[in-house]
Parts: sequence; C-alpha cells; structure tokens
Amino acid sequence: MVRSLTRAAALIGWARREYGGLADRAGTVGLWLLIVLLLVVGVVDARQYLVTGIIVGSIIALGALGITLIYGILKFAHFAHGDMMMFGAYIALAALVGGGRIGPLSFGWGMIFAILLSMTVLGAGSVAIDRVVYRPLRQRGSSTVILAIASLGVAIVLRAIMLLWWGPDQQLYVSGIHPAREFPFDIMLKPDQIFIFATAVLLMAMVYLLLFRTRMGKAMRAMSDNADLARVTGIDTEQVVMWTWIIGGALAAVAGILLGIQSNLKPELGFTLLLPLFAGAILGGLGSPQGALVGAMIVGISQEVFVGIDLPFPPFGVPGYKPAVAFGILILVLLVRPRGLFGKT
Amino acid sequence: MTVLEAREVVSGYGEVEILHGVSIKVEEREIVTIIGPNGAGKSTLLKTVFGLLPCKRGAVFFGGEDVTGQPPQAMVRKGMCYVPQSDNVFPSLTVQENLEMGAFIRRDDYRSKIEEVLALFPDVMERRHTRAGKLSGGQRQMLALGRALMLEPRILLLDEPSASLAPNMVQLVFAKIRDINCSGVSIVMVEQNARESLRLSHRGYVLAMGQNRLEGSGESLLESEEVGRLYLGD
Amino acid sequence: MEKGRLVAFLAVAAITAGIVGISANDSASLNGFISFLTVFITTVAIFAIFTLGLNVQWGYTGIFNFGIVAFFMVGAYTSALLTKGPSSSEFVKYVGGLNLAEGLGPLNLHGLTGFVLGALGAAVVSGIVAFLIAIPALRLREDYLAIATIGVAEVFRRLAIEEEGLVNGTRGLTGIPRPLHDLVSPPDYKFIYLAIAVIVLLIIFVAIERGARSPWGRVLKAIREDELATAASGKNIFAFRMQAFVLGAMIMGIGGAVYSANQGSIVPDTFSHFFGTFIIWAMLMVGGSGSNRGAILGAYVVWGFWTLTGLIQPHLPAALETRTSYIRDLLIGLLIIVMLLLRPHGLMGEEKRVSLFAEQKTKRKTPRVGAPAGPTEV
Repeated sequence: MVRSLTRAAALIGWARREYGGLADRAGTVGLWLLIVLLLVVGVVDARQYLVTGIIVGSIIALGALGITLIYGILKFAHFAHGDMMMFGAYIALAALVGGGRIGPLSFGWGMIFAILLSMTVLGAGSVAIDRVVYRPLRQRGSSTVILAIASLGVAIVLRAIMLLWWGPDQQLYVSGIHPAREFPFDIMLKPDQIFIFATAVLLMAMVYLLLFRTRMGKAMRAMSDNADLARVTGIDTEQVVMWTWIIGGALAAVAGILLGIQSNLKPELGFTLLLPLFAGAILGGLGSPQGALVGAMIVGISQEVFVGIDLPFPPFGVPGYKPAVAFGILILVLLVRPRGLFGKT
Repeated sequence: MTVLEAREVVSGYGEVEILHGVSIKVEEREIVTIIGPNGAGKSTLLKTVFGLLPCKRGAVFFGGEDVTGQPPQAMVRKGMCYVPQSDNVFPSLTVQENLEMGAFIRRDDYRSKIEEVLALFPDVMERRHTRAGKLSGGQRQMLALGRALMLEPRILLLDEPSASLAPNMVQLVFAKIRDINCSGVSIVMVEQNARESLRLSHRGYVLAMGQNRLEGSGESLLESEEVGRLYLGD
Repeated sequence: MEKGRLVAFLAVAAITAGIVGISANDSASLNGFISFLTVFITTVAIFAIFTLGLNVQWGYTGIFNFGIVAFFMVGAYTSALLTKGPSSSEFVKYVGGLNLAEGLGPLNLHGLTGFVLGALGAAVVSGIVAFLIAIPALRLREDYLAIATIGVAEVFRRLAIEEEGLVNGTRGLTGIPRPLHDLVSPPDYKFIYLAIAVIVLLIIFVAIERGARSPWGRVLKAIREDELATAASGKNIFAFRMQAFVLGAMIMGIGGAVYSANQGSIVPDTFSHFFGTFIIWAMLMVGGSGSNRGAILGAYVVWGFWTLTGLIQPHLPAALETRTSYIRDLLIGLLIIVMLLLRPHGLMGEEKRVSLFAEQKTKRKTPRVGAPAGPTEV
C-alpha cells in the first residue's frame, strides 16, 4: 500500500514536471477566472455579502501585509501574528477610557487614542520580542523552520497572557446594539464598518507611501529582494529588521482592534486567524505587499460570499465554515499557482 | 601608496580551507586582475577582503589601516565597494531606486551623484524608472557597477564583471571599467575572461589551488607563454 | 551530552518526587493515591505516542506539523465510529457505528479485537488525510505544510461541529467501547488500560527504532544530512518525506484511538490547539528532537510538570489559584522558546546525529551573495 501511494505521488510529480509550464499558465488563468467569477456573483447575487467581505477583507489585509513583510524581509512564517492581532485588540480594550461617541460610530475619541496606544505598544513590543527571541536565533544562523517554531512559542505565550489578564470569555468594546443603515443597492452597513474600511485603507496608503517613497521603505524592499546584497550595499540590515517589526506589529494591532469592532475579542481566536491571514498572503504571493492586499481581499470576500449564498450543501450557508473557505483557497493556490498572484518565480 | 593589501590570507567556507596564504597588493589608481582556474580561490579572496568571509590567518590592509575581519558595512564606510558576480541588483526596485540604495549610508544630498553615475551608463539612464529585474544582463551589470559608485569609493572589488555577457557587452563593460579607473578609482577584479581583463590591467595575479602562482604587469602576463598555455587556452 | 542527561535525570527525579509526595499527602486513601498515579502514567503514555509521531515528522524528516490536533481528532473519531454500535436514539446521530467492539462474535476477545481494528482504522484514515495534504503542500515549502496542517485542524473541527449527522455535532460521542472492560470491576479498569496504553506505546517505539535502523531509515538519515547527494543517487526525496509524514500522522491517529477509548466520550471541544498541538511540541523540544527516548522523556517531563503545578494549585492562596492554569500555559510557551535558545536538541537529542541534522535543518540554506554555495566555486 505504501508503495502504491508513493507511486501515485511520483506520478503527480512527474505530471507536474512534464506539463509544468502549461499547467502553470492554465492554473494562473483559471485562478483569475475564478476570482472574476466570484466578484461577478457577488455583485449580481450577493451584494450584501460582497460588501461585508470587502470590510472583512480589509481587516485581513492589514494582517496579511504584516505577515508578507515579515516573510519577505526576515524570511520566516510568523505564526504569532494572529495572537499579536488579538493582543493589540486587548491592549486597546484596556486603554479604552471614557464613553461618548464620535457621530454615528459606536465609540468615542477614546478609541482613537486606544488605537494609537496599542499600535505603539505592539510596535515596540515586537521589536523587544525580536531582540530576545528571534535575533539570537538569527545570529546563530538558525533556519526559517526554527524561527517558525519559535514564533509558535511566542504565540502560546501571548495567548496565555491574554487569558491570564482578561480571561477566556468573549469581550466587546462597546455593548449594545448598533443599527445598520441603508445604502443604495440594498446594502446595509453599520457606520462602524465604514470606519473600519476607511481606517484600513488609510493604513494601507501609509504603508504604500512608506515602502515606495521613503529611504527606509526602499531599503525594506531591497532587503526583501536580496538580503545579502543589501548588506553588501551598506544598508543597515538590523535597522531594517527593526522597522519591519515596528510596522508589522502596528499593523497587527490595528487589524486586531478593527476585528474587535467588527465582531468581538476572545483569546482563543488568535491562532485561528492565521488561516485567513496566510491564505491571503500566499494567494497574493508571499513577500509581495500588493499581493497581500489583493489576496486578503479575495479571501475576505470569498468567506462572506460563499457562506452567504444559500445552497443546500457545505460550505454554503453555514457561517461556521468561513475558515474552511480560507483553507480551500490556500489548497487551491498551492495546487495551481504556488507562488501566488504576484509572486516571483 | 598601496591602497589595498592582502597578506598571507588563509580563509574558506566553514571547515573547508580554500586560500592557503595568498598575498596581493593594489596601488592607488591601479587596475589589478586576478585570474586562475576554477576553484583557485579568486572569488573567495575578494569576499575575505571585503569581510564577507572570516579571515582565519593573515591580514588585510586598506589605505594602510588594518581592517582584517571587519564586516562589509564597515568596509563600505571606509570606501571599499564590492560588486558580486550574480544577483547584484535588486530586481523589484527601479534603476533609480537601486542607485538610491547604493547611497543608503550617505547623509548628504546625493541626487547629483545619481545623475553623474547615470551619465556614465546612458543605456541604463533611459530606463531609470524600469524595474531592474526587467533589464538585460549587460544593463544589469552596468547598474551593479553604478550602484557601487554611488559612495564614491576609493576601490572597487569586482567579481567576474563580464560573466555571462555577450561579447559586445563584455567590451562595453571593460571600457566602462577603464573609464571608472580613469576617474581615480582603484580596481581589483576577478575574471575568467583572462585575456580581455589582462589587456585592461596594470598588473595581474595568477592564483591556483589557493596560492599565488604568478604576478606581473598586465602585458607581461599576457605575453608569458606559461600563462598563455595554462590559463588563456593558447 | 553529560549535562543533558544530568538535567534530564534531575528533572525526572524532581517531578516524580513532587507528584508522588503531594498526591500522597492529598489523597484520602491509598486507593486514591494509586488511582491518581495510574491515570497520570496513562496520560503520559498517550501523549508520548503523539510525541513519537511528531518526532518521525520533525526529528527525522524536518517537517513541522502545527496541526497535530487534526490527526489526533481524526484518529479519535475514526476509532470511536468503528468500535461503537449504531445509534440507539434518534437524538444521537453519527456515521459508521460498525460495532467492531462487540459485533465480531467469538473473535471479540472482550473488545480487544475491536480496539485493535479501531486503532488500525484510525491509523489508515489519518494516513490518508496526511497524504492528501502532503500532495499540494509538502512539495513546496515546509512553511506551507505547517499552515496547511493548521487549516486541516480547523476544517475538521468545523465539520465535526456543523455537520450534525457526522459525529453528533457538539454533543459528541459517548459510550466509546473500552477493550477488556468487562474483565474487571470499573474502578480497577484503569490498571488494565494503563497496561494497554503502555503496550501500544512500546510497540510503536520499537517499530520506529527498528525503522530508523532499516534501509528506509538510513535513506531518511541520508536525506537529512545531505539532500543533494541523496537526490543525485537517484532516491526520490519527496516520496521518502511523504512516507515519513504519513507514518507520523498514522502514529498520531493511533494515539487518538487510544485516547478516545480511555475517555469513553469525546466532543469537538476536547480537541484544542493547546492540548492537541502546542503541548506536544513542547514535549518534543524538551525531550529531544530526533530521539525517540527523548520524545517519551519529554512527554513525561512536560506532563509531569503540568500535573505537579495542578497539584500545587489548591495549596496556593485563592487569588493566585484561579489564574494558575494560564500561568502553566505561559510556561509551556516559554519552555519552547527557552529550549530553542539554549538547547535546540532538547535534553536527549543525540548530538552527533542531530548536530549534523541541525547543521542542515537549522542553518540557513541561502548561499552567500553572488555565487552558489560551497567550496566548488572559485
């Protein structure tokens, strides 16, 4: 039995090698077609879900952006990112003072302050974690696998701290019911959701400006291309690493907070978030910031649309299957175009 | 003035020793070429001098100062720049951005320097906003040279600048190297294309099996029968 | 290596002393004390099975599986569905129910045959799942496989919860048959199960040890130490790694089977990332990657530590007591980090073998700028 399994695997490998180029092109075309199909179905038949998906997608995008930057520059898969997002959400919860509301939003100016504080804490905290955990391993020449396992340890620690401090139960930023408002095309949106989307877009724009218009941002892209050449050129690679963590941590904080506004906070959710985050980053192409944004959006939209459409078999119609959709996307990408939409070969 | 000197350098990769005590000297404003068969340790020497590899024994002097074992970032600050053989540009950055990265450690306004460097390579200048990954092999090599010039180095270390280039490109690259040298930059390069590079050089060294074999002026090495037979394929 | 063995010995001694001491002190009776220890060892044995499975994947092959809980869960549910009889009530719905525990007539052996068949079934299904995941993911990068395994775990949990008819949803499966349970009175059953768990552990241990020394195992070792050379000699690297991954998953499946029969009932919530994946990584990191004895040692040390802190808990002032379980969680995470920083091979990781392995798997593979790696270039 083992031998036939091996033979099957070898056959698949051979098929891949023989028809690789053709398969790659076919896979790419197929993938883009599916994406177009998804959007068309969304617009035509599931507008509400499409819109929710865009909101959720923008949250995932902030997280996926951090993951792809860390992967591109530090060359390892950061498995603590989901818990870091959750941690950021909890810091904001702790920092949230005063009530009041800004206009139609469910929270007051205290939330803006809490967001900024959380971004700072997580940015600095990420650098600290790097100094204590990842840098020593890096200096020893540890492989990306070891770093990934270390990040698992960090994830466990973060989760435990959240459980210790805030307990395992679900929490909300603001209780009460917040009504949605009507918009054209039969779309219902809460004002909070518009805030979420606007904030996410604002941050994406800031990151874009950073990466393409500042010296440090270009150095980050350079290091992502070729870390050894960056060193040879004289770029201060440790400084680049520091900024990568600051940005990754800050983005994670905002993503977590926005997620908390959108739904709720719960320590156990952190690890599970890794699935849509990585699915988005991998779909877009690990290492490509634009890819992370596009990939995350598609994952967000897919999750909402698939689960919204009412068909009698799974995963349609069952909210519990949203992670399954992300997983499905991940497997699909790995099968047809592993380098993602914008990845380099 | 000897701008660069390597004295009895012993180095290699991990446990494996490649160089068993190699010495070279580069005088101010010289072009020095290092040739030899594969495995001789030519690239290893450059990397050790630049601090990419640890120097197990021996010493490296730059402008009279002992810089043995200092990391690349320090060398760059002192005025020594290195151009690797391959993967020597940042593919997803534009030409302009590549040059900007070359000037990363500069604190002053280097915009005029960018124009100056681009003027040296008009073919590349036309494509200043193209991503480096889309350039041809020759253009990339030019860009790599240009990037190293952004810091106005005293000496350039070039690892096989003509590698995998078409013959007309090779001529162009060597012409550019001569121009750069004329502007006052010392050059030490490792080359497989022994004939062309020796023609260009003031002096040359022949390395084999991790040791010095021959040295002399570019001309004398070109004319030497031994060199011709063993290394130039005559 | 001396220091490692010494620390290992001290750790085991300290933990054993602590557990025996405190439980003896707290137990109302000798019976209670012995019961407690029996349950403790049984749990260690079950965790050790998972850790051995992870060792085959990570220690021997360098694949990191962050979704161990998926195979754990698949194994547990598969064996339960195979050994249980069909549902006796319309409120309890699940597939399978092949009643292997009692339906085999004279071959029953008091449920032992059913148990073994259930465990084998668990192994097969886990193996198939592993195989399916490995096809897209293993060929690419280990990182991809890691995230894929997390995904599988999530998907299975959701399936179990959402599809009511599959495994009875959140209510779970109860009445999972226990082998040989009708041979003794219920309070004494735990001793039999201890024996069963330990025997399964030993069988797996011996099988892996022999596998490691077999030609197959030698090729795996060769792949670890010099992948390029092994590939050049014509071995299909992917096939070997796939086999190791599937084998490890099958072992985890068996662990799940042993677990579910021990528990008697399982619900989706039982299978958390923490107890199904995280803690097992801690066990392997502590005990020693690449060493089977280390895997078992790690299971003992980490679970022993967990149990010990659990024993201490009631003795602490009330304020600390409620949060202690999360402090333990924290320490598990720190344990992984600290082991990686201080002693990546764990307490018993064989330095000679593992260090070559560590050289390969823990060192960067990216070549220095401008040239291919190694001494062949000039």
